[in-house]
Amino acid sequence: MAAPGTEPDPSTTAPDGPPSGGAEPTPGPTAAPYRKLYRSPHSRMLGGVAHGLAVHLRLPVAWVRAAFVLLFFANGLGVLLYAAFWFVVPIGIDEPAPQGPFQRYLWVDGQFVPADTVGVMPDPLTKGERGRLARLRDLLQGAFQGEPLVAGQPPAARPGGAASRQNLGQLAALLMLVIGVMALLNVLNIQSSQPYTWPLLAIGVGVALVWRQADDSRWQRWFGLEGGGKRRSAFVRVGAGVLLVTIGIIGFLILQGAGSTVASVIEASLAVLAGVLVLTGPYALRMWQDLAAERTARIRAQERAEIAAHIHDSVLHTLTLIQRRSEDPKEVQRLARAQERELRLWLYRPEAAAEAAPDTLAERLREVVAEVEDRHGVPVELVCVGDCPMDDRIAAQMQAAREAMVNAAKYGGGGPVQVYAEVEGRTVSVFVRDHGPGFDPDTVPEDRMGVRESIIGRMKRNGGTARVRPAPDGGTEVELEMERAADD
Amino acid sequence: MTDAVSGAAGEGGPVGVPPAEGSGRVARVVLVDDHRMFRTGVRAEIGRTETTGIDVVGEADDVESAVRVVAETRPDVVLLDVHLPGGGGVEVLRRSTAVMGEPGGVKFLALSVSDAAEDVIGVIRGGARGYVTKTITGTDLVNAIFRIADGDAVFSPRLAGFVLDAFAATDTPPVDEDLDRLTQREREVLRLIARGYAYKEIAKQLFISVKTVESHVSAVLRKLQLSNRHELTRWATARRLV
Repeated sequence: MAAPGTEPDPSTTAPDGPPSGGAEPTPGPTAAPYRKLYRSPHSRMLGGVAHGLAVHLRLPVAWVRAAFVLLFFANGLGVLLYAAFWFVVPIGIDEPAPQGPFQRYLWVDGQFVPADTVGVMPDPLTKGERGRLARLRDLLQGAFQGEPLVAGQPPAARPGGAASRQNLGQLAALLMLVIGVMALLNVLNIQSSQPYTWPLLAIGVGVALVWRQADDSRWQRWFGLEGGGKRRSAFVRVGAGVLLVTIGIIGFLILQGAGSTVASVIEASLAVLAGVLVLTGPYALRMWQDLAAERTARIRAQERAEIAAHIHDSVLHTLTLIQRRSEDPKEVQRLARAQERELRLWLYRPEAAAEAAPDTLAERLREVVAEVEDRHGVPVELVCVGDCPMDDRIAAQMQAAREAMVNAAKYGGGGPVQVYAEVEGRTVSVFVRDHGPGFDPDTVPEDRMGVRESIIGRMKRNGGTARVRPAPDGGTEVELEMERAADD
Repeated sequence: MTDAVSGAAGEGGPVGVPPAEGSGRVARVVLVDDHRMFRTGVRAEIGRTETTGIDVVGEADDVESAVRVVAETRPDVVLLDVHLPGGGGVEVLRRSTAVMGEPGGVKFLALSVSDAAEDVIGVIRGGARGYVTKTITGTDLVNAIFRIADGDAVFSPRLAGFVLDAFAATDTPPVDEDLDRLTQREREVLRLIARGYAYKEIAKQLFISVKTVESHVSAVLRKLQLSNRHELTRWATARRLV
């Protein structure tokens, strides 16, 4: 099936458009050494065969589909071909979403154009048509693979998003499909001459449904970590498929005139089935477990690789720097502290905090603390209770807190500076404490601006309060209190 | 590890070696940590029995050996690393309790490089009597060990912050959950701990005795262990910790 290396690198032969001339020349993909034939997991109707072929042959997917439909009327050759492709060609699970000429083609202004060049509105059909067609397509898509056709569209955006309604819709679509094909066959007078068409068709659709469901990429979702909704709908689809096949077989038997023996046939098949299950059950279970174990191992390996990469990027480099500068204890301490902070953040920070907008009180405080630690070489321990978005007044408070920390770092005797911030309702309090000799604010001369202006004055101007007092067992504590701005 | 930078920080007591509270008595300690370097360092720092009053009677480097060593030696205090091969500190706590019956006089002090909320809260709720990070000084660690040995709880500022954070969202108390709520006083004590006050300083600040401070802290610890209900669950869920 695959034709590796038979074609020149498409990136070097950019202007060579689709051979049939349907589409205008399009830029080739940037990195594709050779193209293998895969079934496409993206935007497929059934097995992705048509799309995969279209991508491989650089033809508009509609053409390929039309070819299959046409071949269907040549004694069903199209179906056979499609089934053969489906069976033999692997699905491109890791294949990225199609780019450039691998994109879906659309019929615009008398020519085929890759869908992504059309712009934001990828479907050139008019509103009304699009509505009906899209819904039908979605229903079909849902029936066969349980997800909307347009890859980028979240499932929630589908009309009638509730899971139960979805399942109903899929079954309805399936039934409609069967009935439609029946009607078509009746019109073409195939039905009357070939009485087995009905059951055969039922079997075919059922098999397609089950196959489609058990497709490689689906397995992952099936046995993956995802919630029950998806899995249930999968079971519903498989159940419907099995039911269809069963009905088809029974119908077949009845048409063959073996109606009276149907019961005994079913009994016999059930017995055989049970026997097979008993025999192969343990193996299947073992296989399943192996699969799960392998999956876990792979995930772990990936995680380890990521950690290794990070440690290499940050920790090892810092350690090298430290070795080089071992004669400068201050610099070594600074490096070690910065590295510890970064690694700690990376290892232990809850994801929720990492995802949150960086402009919050806790985030800002962390920055300030890091900066003071680095610049003055004194450890600053931060404890932050609660969090809130920044505003002008809080920003002023942060500046005052920074000043207080700098003071504590400079005059605090080298011991760790402790910072405690709390958001309580609308009030934000920050305490900065050192373990230095302490000082009496009243004895500070008038011309020293640090505490008086940068801390107390700044807080006052912005509507807050600041107190500087000696801590009980030596050292100084600065308390900053500020009301948050009214509008948030 | 134990750093030489900071001076008389933290849990009170003068800098230097002498065991302020252990005068004359010796605390038997087991070290559980999977890094041999760290165990060696801690042993060198606090293990000089005649000066610090601490006798390191055993070491273990994973859950299996930790449970065995603790059951064999029955120390006063176990210094317990949170991340261990074989299930972590929580697992040691669980299985030790199972082996020895209700604590059996052995108390656990978590000593970890991690100050992530889930580690701290998890090991405290598992039954540890305190939690300190590995950046603690030798002196502070000795003090903490004796405090734990006396049946008290040791809260680092950060742990106090976590507790406050956990209980902060529940200012409107549910009717029958008195046990899970912090009293005003306990909250005050925790806030002072979070601000970097030593127990002695807190006593001075609030005009109560150190014993009272310690009983407040123990009460908080008890509530923390008992509150398997709303607060912590909700708090942890909100942070995707569970």
